[in-house]
Amino acid sequence: MNTATTTADAPKQRTFMQKVRRMARRQPLGAGSAVFILIMLFVALFAEVVAPQDPLDMNFADQLIGPNLTYLLGTDELGRDIFSRIIYGSRTALQIGFISAFVGATLGLVLGVTSAYLGGWFDLIFQRIMDVFMAFPLIIMALAIVSVFGSGTWNVIIAITIPFIPKCARVVRSSALALRDIPYVDAARASGFSHTRIVLVHMVPNVMAPYLIMVTSFVGQAILLEASLSYLGLGVQEPTAAWGLMLRGGAEQFFESAPWVAIFPGLAITLAVFAFNLFGDALRDALDPKLRSM
Amino acid sequence: MQGIRAYAAAVVGVGMMLTTGAAIAETPKYGGHFTYVVPAKGPPSFDAHRETTYAVIHPVRPYYSTLLRVNPQNPADPADFVCDLCVGDVPKGTNDGKTFTFKLHEGVKFHDGTPLTSADVKATFDRIIFPPKGVSSARKSFYKMVESVDTPDASTVVFQLKYASTSFIPALAAPYNFVYSKAKLDVDQRWYEKNILGSGPFVFKEYQPGAFMTGEKNPDYYLKGLPYLDKITAIFANKESIQVQALRGNRASAQFRGFPPKTRDDLVRALGDKATVQETDWNCVLLATPNHTRKPFDDVRVRRALTLAVDRWGGSQYLSKIAIVKTVGGIVYPNHSLAATKEELQQMDGYGADLEASRAKARALLEEAGMDLSKTYIFNNRGVDQPYKIVGVWLIDQWRQIGLKFEQKVQPTGPFYATLRESGDFDVSIDFNCQSIVNPPIDTSKYLSSDVNPANYSRVVDRKLDGLYEDMLLEADPAKQRVKMRAYEKYVLHDQVTQMITLWWRRTTVHRSHFKGWKVSPSHYLGQALDTVWLDPDADK
Repeated sequence: MNTATTTADAPKQRTFMQKVRRMARRQPLGAGSAVFILIMLFVALFAEVVAPQDPLDMNFADQLIGPNLTYLLGTDELGRDIFSRIIYGSRTALQIGFISAFVGATLGLVLGVTSAYLGGWFDLIFQRIMDVFMAFPLIIMALAIVSVFGSGTWNVIIAITIPFIPKCARVVRSSALALRDIPYVDAARASGFSHTRIVLVHMVPNVMAPYLIMVTSFVGQAILLEASLSYLGLGVQEPTAAWGLMLRGGAEQFFESAPWVAIFPGLAITLAVFAFNLFGDALRDALDPKLRSM
Repeated sequence: MQGIRAYAAAVVGVGMMLTTGAAIAETPKYGGHFTYVVPAKGPPSFDAHRETTYAVIHPVRPYYSTLLRVNPQNPADPADFVCDLCVGDVPKGTNDGKTFTFKLHEGVKFHDGTPLTSADVKATFDRIIFPPKGVSSARKSFYKMVESVDTPDASTVVFQLKYASTSFIPALAAPYNFVYSKAKLDVDQRWYEKNILGSGPFVFKEYQPGAFMTGEKNPDYYLKGLPYLDKITAIFANKESIQVQALRGNRASAQFRGFPPKTRDDLVRALGDKATVQETDWNCVLLATPNHTRKPFDDVRVRRALTLAVDRWGGSQYLSKIAIVKTVGGIVYPNHSLAATKEELQQMDGYGADLEASRAKARALLEEAGMDLSKTYIFNNRGVDQPYKIVGVWLIDQWRQIGLKFEQKVQPTGPFYATLRESGDFDVSIDFNCQSIVNPPIDTSKYLSSDVNPANYSRVVDRKLDGLYEDMLLEADPAKQRVKMRAYEKYVLHDQVTQMITLWWRRTTVHRSHFKGWKVSPSHYLGQALDTVWLDPDADK
């Protein structure tokens, strides 16, 4: 009887679907953006199936054709299908976005927690180095790095990743500072565990909430940065399908006579960045409402 | 409706200009401040003897004199030269065409007030033809026939040639041959890289790097009555959208390099009869240059496959709508008597009428050569939209049709040239051959072995190639020279495919109709002294 009473009083465990429904009710924008992101992921993964045409195919008889049933979003100056290029462009955007965000945030996580844990001179010097990096706006930093390494997909990933490291390290460090003096960390230290084990096993899992929020917001920023670099001619290069790249050259030249060449890639960038930002906000509210002010 | 009428009026105007070749003669007006756009970030240096770009000619040429120049009233004629610093007609050669004597204008002064004499002209041409150590002369090879430059008196210059050459006078009229002050060169041969001091129609006043360069009328100009303008300003704007907005907003009256046809149409639609269009073939061509030191591009079968895959006739039709390229041709400027006819072109790989047959042959050649089709090769390109990037993307697509994969490496002009000249880190690269005076025997020196002409970036060394060129160059009979030019061309483009010609450029200039007295020429390096141009404010009313 006693047992039965205890079970009845315990909080009800929700299933995954119930949690999803609850989040969708509480965070409709976040849920909507999550659906959009999932669609983007699907489209990027299965671009070969989804895209009606090869994004590289030049149909010279159909240069600068407006949206129609054959070319849903029209064609560019080389007769390439804009819809197919946007679909393949999502692959480029997400590839660069996810890799940069994940690597940048993860390195920032490890460095930020280490800095908080070690403290003292290491923390002081490390944070001043972070200050130097953070003194440059993201795009300026990325531009400087690309001009050193050159353009191309992997160099763009490096250029976007590096500015993310100090941003994440700084946020994570502030959370980790609060953990440093908590008894279980002291206990781990007293048990003779190595610094690496304390940082990775005992501290890092406890700062995952800000880390995940940072990763999500970084993806949006990375997509925007990649588009900016490509627009400036410093990112990925033609004939690769990339949204920023689609905005330069012909899009500028034919904006008046063929506005669809610029409008649709611009819309794709806007929606993708918007979706990741909204999803990041929703995740923040769900995981750690205290971070809302950061 | 009004817009349609304006567009129709402009089109009729353009049509008249294109068909008659000249506007009705008008009386020039004095005065005014002429502003024009230079589609570049700025000149790499001010020294035209070493540079090869319009980014020097367009802003800097108005401050200098040259010995000869293309007739500004008839720049379309590749053989119509007039005296600039010299007086009278262009001299005829004496001593079996081996001696040319030029008399100079009296009382010519540099802008600092010092007199310009034959010593300055000699110092200038000695620097161009026999550059001292450490001085770079981009067109030294144009003057292989020159033995010496002499100055019997202060107003006479005599060129002694080793052998008679029809190429000498055209080479002498190159717009890069700014006459410099001997006194300045004696102190520092590189003084002119960072300073401007000439004797031209305008006096240099100010340069703001990346923004503008400005000058004022030279009151002591030796061609009396010229220039018409009081002031000139060259605005540097690399992006085409900015150039177009400058013209549309009347912040600039001209851009001399040229626009693609679609932009021309947009400008004409927007400006109506306030825009004037002039068009001509252009002595400029984009090349695809394979790196002969890199496998598998050292194999002639692979190079033949590359050229066979390119649909030049189709590309001419489609690319000419969106880019400043149009004419299919060989190594010679298409309108010249030395150029190949369509029938002659069609005898060579890559110019045939049956594209599918050409591509089938290309695939067979690749297979025979054992080409690794899974590999991605590097295509080096220059970070300039018109026409480099458009043609680059098109070429990559053409090669994709025969199973080849190329990754484009687009670089700004500086690193692009460093790759071509120094590192050689490319499999195939875009390159160009843009010349000023139409002078095919000299212009085609571009295709000589790389150790003979370092401007050939393919790194090819082939003495048979050099022999065919020499044979053609020294031939005095035009008919025989044409035959020898064919042999040289066939060797370059068909037998060895040392380099590939893509499409020749088409020059389409749009300027405000109030800008008068300027005529389009087959080169964007010509007609830029600006002494014979003028502004007509009434045209804007």
